[in-house]
Amino acid sequence: MKKVIVTLLVAMVTLMFTGAAISGVTSLRGDNEVSAPADKAPMRKQVITQGGVERSYKIQPPMIPHKIDKETINLKINTCLKCHSEKTFEEKKAPKAGDSHYIARDGKVLETISTRRYFCNQCHAPQLNANPIVENQFEGAK
Amino acid sequence: MNKGAKRGVMGLLIVGIVLGIILWGGFNTAMEATNNEQFCISCHEMEENVYQELQDTIHFTNRTGVRATCPDCHVPKEWVHKVIRKIQASNEIYHKLMGTIDTPEKFEEKRLELAQNVWKAMKDTDSRECRNCHNFDSMDFTRQESRSADSHDEAIEKGYTCIDCHKGIAHSLPEGYDPAEDLPGEG
Repeated sequence: MKKVIVTLLVAMVTLMFTGAAISGVTSLRGDNEVSAPADKAPMRKQVITQGGVERSYKIQPPMIPHKIDKETINLKINTCLKCHSEKTFEEKKAPKAGDSHYIARDGKVLETISTRRYFCNQCHAPQLNANPIVENQFEGAK
Repeated sequence: MNKGAKRGVMGLLIVGIVLGIILWGGFNTAMEATNNEQFCISCHEMEENVYQELQDTIHFTNRTGVRATCPDCHVPKEWVHKVIRKIQASNEIYHKLMGTIDTPEKFEEKRLELAQNVWKAMKDTDSRECRNCHNFDSMDFTRQESRSADSHDEAIEKGYTCIDCHKGIAHSLPEGYDPAEDLPGEG
């Protein structure tokens, strides 16, 4: 009998604590029901960084130091190439897409951007003036 | 001149003036009635394609809530140019009746040609319709991004026109147009 009571008590206490622990956790998407839409992202302007953004590590794709909200990248058109293509970068004084972007997957060197590098913002991101959501001690490679 | 003839001339003059006002007013009213956005998007070709694309752009949605409607960019403001454009529009009625672009697929297929027509028209008029609102003299380059200010400086110096660089700002760019091949001042 005593054993049963102790087991029940332990079970109760455990339930209380886990219950409290679960309700105390807030995920990054907030307290919303899973079926509800996520909180709206705060509206922030893309920022312009004069002189470009330093790389944080050696092979990091360079970040975009200007706004891209008026650019289009889709099946039909890529307006980034207006300045960053091999044909225009000199005239526009823009950095040319890296040589690696002109290599097809079989190693063949192409004259135009390889289709697998076509979607610029898959790797290159514009910058926002936002603080890190979680505090961290990351330091870029020097 | 006797009294009867005098009265006749006066009568004719008054009838003429009244008729003139009615006809002229009617003509202008009819022209203005076909010169607003509601009229433009009463055709599904415009409503389903270009009007939808416009809504995401700065000429429709922006910080201050000032917006441009279809005729602001596509119909000249000056009377003579406006009438010429209106006469050219008879071609658009023909293609409306023929159903040349009556599905999104057909529109997409024609988009490059249609866009090139508009670009050419804008280039030929030195982007007249843009300049109804946008004026180099009123631009404060110090309040522009450095990229913009530098390019505008160059544009003034070399005599570029708005559409040389600002293509696809109100509607989607067409497939087959290569932005890398389209530096201003060429072609």
